[in-house]
Amino acid sequence: MNYNQFFVMQPEISLAVALILMLVADLFLGEKSKKYFQPFALAVFAIHTAYCILAGNELTGATETAGAQAFAGMYQTSKIHFFVKNMLNVGTFITFLFAYEWNKKENVNRIGEFYTLMLSTLFGMFLMISSGNFLLFYIGLETASIPMAALVALNKKREESAEAAAKYILTAGVSSAVMLYGISMIYGSCGGSLYFSDVVKNFTSSNYQVMAMVFFMAGVMFKISLVPFHLWTADTYQGAPTPVTAYLSVMSKGAAAFSFMVILWKTFSFSGVEPSTLAWNKILWWVIIVTITVGNIFALRQKNLKRFLAFSSISQAGYVMLGLMSGTAAGMGSMIYYLLVYLFTNLAAFGVICNIENKTGKVGMNDYNDLYKTNPKMAFVMTLAMFSLGGIPPFAGCFSKIFIFASAAQTGEYLLVFLALANTIISLCYYLYVVKAMYINHSENPIPAFKSDKMTLIGLTICTAAFVFMGLISPIYEMILSWSFGI
Amino acid sequence: MMAMLYLESSKKAIRGTMVAGSAVLTILSVYLAVQFLALRAGGDTSEYLFYSTTPWYQGFLNIHYAVGVDGVSVAMLLLSSIVVLTGSFASFAVENQTKDYFLWFLMLSIGVFGFFISVDLFTMFIFYEVALIPMYLLIGLWGTGPKEYAAMKLTLMLMGGSAFLMVGILGIYFMGSPAGSENTFEMTQLIKTVADNMPMEWQRTFFCLTFVGFGVLGAMFPFHTWSPDGHASAPTAVSMLHAGVLMKLGGYGCYRVSICLMPEAAQEMGWIFIILTGTSVFYGAYSACVQNDLKYINAYSSVSHCGMVLFALLMYNQTAMTGAFLQMLSHGLMTALFFCLIGSIYGRTHTRDIREMGGMMQIMPVLGVCYVIAGMASLGLPGLSGFVAEMNIFLGAFEVNDTFHRVFTLLACSSIVITAVYILRVVGKMLYGPVQNEHHRELTDATWWEKVAAFGLIISIAIIGIFPGWVRDMISDSLDEIVKHLN
Repeated sequence: MNYNQFFVMQPEISLAVALILMLVADLFLGEKSKKYFQPFALAVFAIHTAYCILAGNELTGATETAGAQAFAGMYQTSKIHFFVKNMLNVGTFITFLFAYEWNKKENVNRIGEFYTLMLSTLFGMFLMISSGNFLLFYIGLETASIPMAALVALNKKREESAEAAAKYILTAGVSSAVMLYGISMIYGSCGGSLYFSDVVKNFTSSNYQVMAMVFFMAGVMFKISLVPFHLWTADTYQGAPTPVTAYLSVMSKGAAAFSFMVILWKTFSFSGVEPSTLAWNKILWWVIIVTITVGNIFALRQKNLKRFLAFSSISQAGYVMLGLMSGTAAGMGSMIYYLLVYLFTNLAAFGVICNIENKTGKVGMNDYNDLYKTNPKMAFVMTLAMFSLGGIPPFAGCFSKIFIFASAAQTGEYLLVFLALANTIISLCYYLYVVKAMYINHSENPIPAFKSDKMTLIGLTICTAAFVFMGLISPIYEMILSWSFGI
Repeated sequence: MMAMLYLESSKKAIRGTMVAGSAVLTILSVYLAVQFLALRAGGDTSEYLFYSTTPWYQGFLNIHYAVGVDGVSVAMLLLSSIVVLTGSFASFAVENQTKDYFLWFLMLSIGVFGFFISVDLFTMFIFYEVALIPMYLLIGLWGTGPKEYAAMKLTLMLMGGSAFLMVGILGIYFMGSPAGSENTFEMTQLIKTVADNMPMEWQRTFFCLTFVGFGVLGAMFPFHTWSPDGHASAPTAVSMLHAGVLMKLGGYGCYRVSICLMPEAAQEMGWIFIILTGTSVFYGAYSACVQNDLKYINAYSSVSHCGMVLFALLMYNQTAMTGAFLQMLSHGLMTALFFCLIGSIYGRTHTRDIREMGGMMQIMPVLGVCYVIAGMASLGLPGLSGFVAEMNIFLGAFEVNDTFHRVFTLLACSSIVITAVYILRVVGKMLYGPVQNEHHRELTDATWWEKVAAFGLIISIAIIGIFPGWVRDMISDSLDEIVKHLN
């Protein structure tokens, strides 16, 4: 066996080491030294993040876009894989910053569980992203899903939390069953191999194979919460502890979307063929329209901010899928850029919600009335985040939207782009509701002024700086583009 | 460009800084105009002067930050700077959250200035949106009446317009360049290539899309409904800037993007928009006759006048198109004056209903006289700017001699008479006649800053009215190329 191949798995190995370190520390730290656990975990994870970024830089030459692989193609990596993993690392780190205060207040006895479970889901996502085989993909997906259910249920005292977890695990179970069924059909009809590179050779778009593909797609769509597999989203987001919701809405969506793209492009496509003639493309066309519209229309009426962001994230997932339509490197680059911007923006919104929930326990939109007068900073960050989510310049959300629209328009999907654009107006409407609540509405009993803790402030500063300036400076997008690949 | 930079750095402005800043801005624009005229007189015939371009986003989309001015944009920049300057004087009345108010006001101005100097479609679009969104907060927070409704309606309708626009722009980008060469957003290049390379049916589609997109902002019937509500609820200076400058973005964009880039489609599809704009000229004027709220009267009169701008642009000859831009200038100045005066009057009487006012001329003679002058400019009294503009428009319109154009020209002409009706009605009811409310006798006349604002605008109106030659030549020279193309 060639042990050198483990070398390409640096992010996973580093993450596993971090995970084990945390487990051990959680086991052996005494009652008194428990308070050091969180700083320790943050430090370990920060080192891991930095290490992954450095390791990504080492990948040069031919492996930059073509990529390296291990275990005969089971595991694949390239610059862009590294980039997505780094993105998730940074996102997770910010989530940890937001969770710091919550862990200290509400989750005192299960701090260790929180961190280890988070890292195991992240590990699963890493495997999903790098998989070159349906089996590894499936294992990654399950590793990402099952600890997630535990995380959702972490708050034992709240009934909603348990309900949310039950909903999540049941739908996750059913959808992975459907997906496994699809995978087994693919195995049967594509030459008895589950490697992406083998499947693509035998994939002929016969009816049977398309059915297999649809089953498979259903499983992943559940993860990205695309309509019609979105029904769990709102309840789970509402019931889960807010840091977990933030994590769920950004990281797990991002990882699933990226691997979905890779699989659709690598296994169910023929190079040199117009992407719009491919079976998955036609399905996605409708899924995108329905997802964006349903997400938007339901979001209009939400009064609970977590639920509101759940529907908003459903519609955002629809926009993310626009990047898949073109099948070009530009599409992939735009999608990853969109995810990156969405990560910072959505985390900023959740950071504010989490902070206010920690201090006052309020999450209703009406509770935010007059927030501008009492907590101008929080209101300001939230406003910027809402503007960015709604796609208003000069924030990065606008640029990422335009790029992803342009990537779809590139192959002539003007109608789709137009419908999606028309939908941004609805979405702008509800994002403005939040702004309106904070600035314009008056309240007898506003949220009192409070002082935020340092960790949250650091997290919010990172996020805000990122989504305010990322659009104005171009190198990030150009860098992503140069690493991306098409069908 | 320098003006832009100045705006960026003076963001922390409060009143003094704001006035100083916008005064410098005005001086810079006048300096720019003088320089521009000097260079043109010196024989510099390049399409855009002070042209500069920097690559912004490369790779997938070829985006430049390209700026430059031709005669039309210089005229528009002059207009904007005058309105911003007088607007800042008029906003002295804003008492609460002054700093935030000016911050958003500046953002609005940045968008407007950026729009007029952009030569790159993408940059232009970004600035367009930058100009839109501060409106929501400005109206929502500092407005009067049903401000939340008006703000939401305005924002959503204008963003709806930008959805049309975005599709059009992407279409122009991807189809507008010859096969094999790099796509570009830059208008200097697109103007040469779009007409030959884009298939005719797509040209028609994108002409309509972009024209509707900008037409929404230009208050074209039936997309004008945001304008009366928005203007009525907005605070004084915002109404001024909005009616005075922002609505001109629509006309300017229609010319720059729709007509210049796709002249053949413009010839073919123009008739649809002649009907629509003709209707808005007529309809706006009639609606103004039956309103009792001062701001509504002026808002509908704006619809009528802005309709005239678009109508004249669609005549495709030099006289009428020059008239269109003169009308933009003239209407911008005089509506700004109107809204400024209405703001002052409303600030004293706390009513805008003309039935409840009377004999204002005795109480506040300065404001009254200014109002009469604005009215006269609006109905086209020779010596003031309105006359010059409408003269050019109708002379040009009569040059097109087929029945269809004739009918609509006559219809539009008749609006002059109706304008006189509603202007004189207001003047008669509000300024003369018996004092309706005895409390009004205690009111004071204009403060110094109101006088500065009003006199500044009146002087500008008179300058254009008495010496129209230089502006007309400046604008008309820039139109040479495109008019040749159109015929």
